[in-house]
Amino acid sequence: MYKKSLSYVHLIWMALFVLAPILMVLVYSLTTKDANGNSVLTFAHYAKFVNPAYIGILWKSVWIAALASAVCLLLGFPAAMILCNRDRRRAQLGKKGSVLLLFVMPMWMNMLLRTYSWLTILEKNGLLNNLLEALHLPPVQLLYTTGAVVLGMVYNFIPFMILPIYSVLVKIDRSVIEAAEDLGANSFCVYTRIIIPLSLPGVISGITMVFLPAITTFIISQLLGGGQYMLFGNLIEQQFLKADNWNFGSALSIVMMILIFLAMRIMNLFNKNGQQVAMF
Amino acid sequence: MREKLKHGAESAYLFLLVLFLYAPVVVLMVYSFNASKSRGRWGGFSLKWYAELFSDSALMSALYYTLAVAVLSAVIACVIGTAAAIGIQAFKSKGVKGAIMAVTNIPVVSSELVTGVSLMILFAAVNIPLGFPTLLLAHITFNIPYVVLSVQPKLTQLNRDLYEAALDLGAHPFLAFRKVVFPEIMPGIINGLLLSFTLSLDDFIISFFTTGNGVSNLSIYVYSMARRGINPKINALSTIMFGAVMLLLILINRRSGKDKDKNILMQG
Repeated sequence: MYKKSLSYVHLIWMALFVLAPILMVLVYSLTTKDANGNSVLTFAHYAKFVNPAYIGILWKSVWIAALASAVCLLLGFPAAMILCNRDRRRAQLGKKGSVLLLFVMPMWMNMLLRTYSWLTILEKNGLLNNLLEALHLPPVQLLYTTGAVVLGMVYNFIPFMILPIYSVLVKIDRSVIEAAEDLGANSFCVYTRIIIPLSLPGVISGITMVFLPAITTFIISQLLGGGQYMLFGNLIEQQFLKADNWNFGSALSIVMMILIFLAMRIMNLFNKNGQQVAMF
Repeated sequence: MREKLKHGAESAYLFLLVLFLYAPVVVLMVYSFNASKSRGRWGGFSLKWYAELFSDSALMSALYYTLAVAVLSAVIACVIGTAAAIGIQAFKSKGVKGAIMAVTNIPVVSSELVTGVSLMILFAAVNIPLGFPTLLLAHITFNIPYVVLSVQPKLTQLNRDLYEAALDLGAHPFLAFRKVVFPEIMPGIINGLLLSFTLSLDDFIISFFTTGNGVSNLSIYVYSMARRGINPKINALSTIMFGAVMLLLILINRRSGKDKDKNILMQG
């Protein structure tokens, strides 16, 4: 049964549709057509990227993705903690099931539609401003701001923060916490010395799973930031579909791949035990 | 007293978070019953969008392609991925195994944007016109790794001696596989199938770059409508689909109530 040949279709598939395309992106990013239509090696596309305008967009994307990850962590960690404690108490009473599902279910609705739905809430004559008006409060401009983009990211990606943290927290041995309490640790000490260090693998994979989609998104920024809002993802999308400059777009894609690789490396540095939190 | 207060505060916090997550969903559903076409104005309760839904040919075609690609890509990825997970076990060298898994992981860890544009470049380079076949190929490509990653843990938990024992007792390898291995890895396969199906159903970015020629799935349909304003018909369709998924979820939950493998329900 355990025959290597069973994996050959998969290996060929990966070579054709994963490795070959990435190789082609690399080739595109390093070549240009000369006057005769021949491809020649060039670093011009990377040189073009080293420009305050483009570096600025990259910097802004990193900053916004980091902000969204931080907000997700600040909101998500307590939520995972509360859920974990609740489920533990319920389990002691012999009850099954978890409200955790409640945090996953919205993801079953089309992401684009849910994000679009925020327009109805946030826009100038939207539900929120109507509510403010009814309360005799001044209206607020929310849509097409950086705040709206961060909100969209937090909204879309917070389940990816709660799930891995929850799955690590439920595995913490209760007796470790009880031992600490017996030895005189107060609840602050229990948190900082036991719960937080033990939940670190979950936190790390949570941050990774929020940061990566946040830094590459172009749709959240387009819908909630407006047509002019430019993140690194929007820049790449534009090169391919509007500016029709595939070479520059490929160079930008390579930069993004390197960025993702570095981000994952940095995250792994914090995860000393090398534990991975499986999402499957 | 203090304990009660703490529990109250905790529940309030969870409630606010749930409110945040469901606000757009509820808004979307409520507006599917809105008689007025304009977003943000309530024109009274109406079911007309549900009635008109099925006669909108563009919407129905998007629904058809979405479901066709989701079903086909999930099933094909499941076959290839399961076979691959078993085959990968046969590689003795840790280095080779590691290299294969590293490549398998690429579509999972690298962004959808990169996967999308790189596939678009590939299809352009070999002159395959963008359309249904390219969309399907792209979806199979990003689904396979999830199947492999779902099935693999079940295979490593599996006791290989059982399979050997079945062979020693005279079972044909295929029979031994069907009777011994298959039931054990089944939860992993189903997990991979459901995960693939939902990922495919909801995908926008990769589809956006790999389809063309008038073939669009629901996400792309929504995207192209977003500029002109979303038609409430799409709200109605989403409400129906959300209801269908909930129903499916409850059914699976009932069925696997005794099964500790509640993982199936935890993926979006």
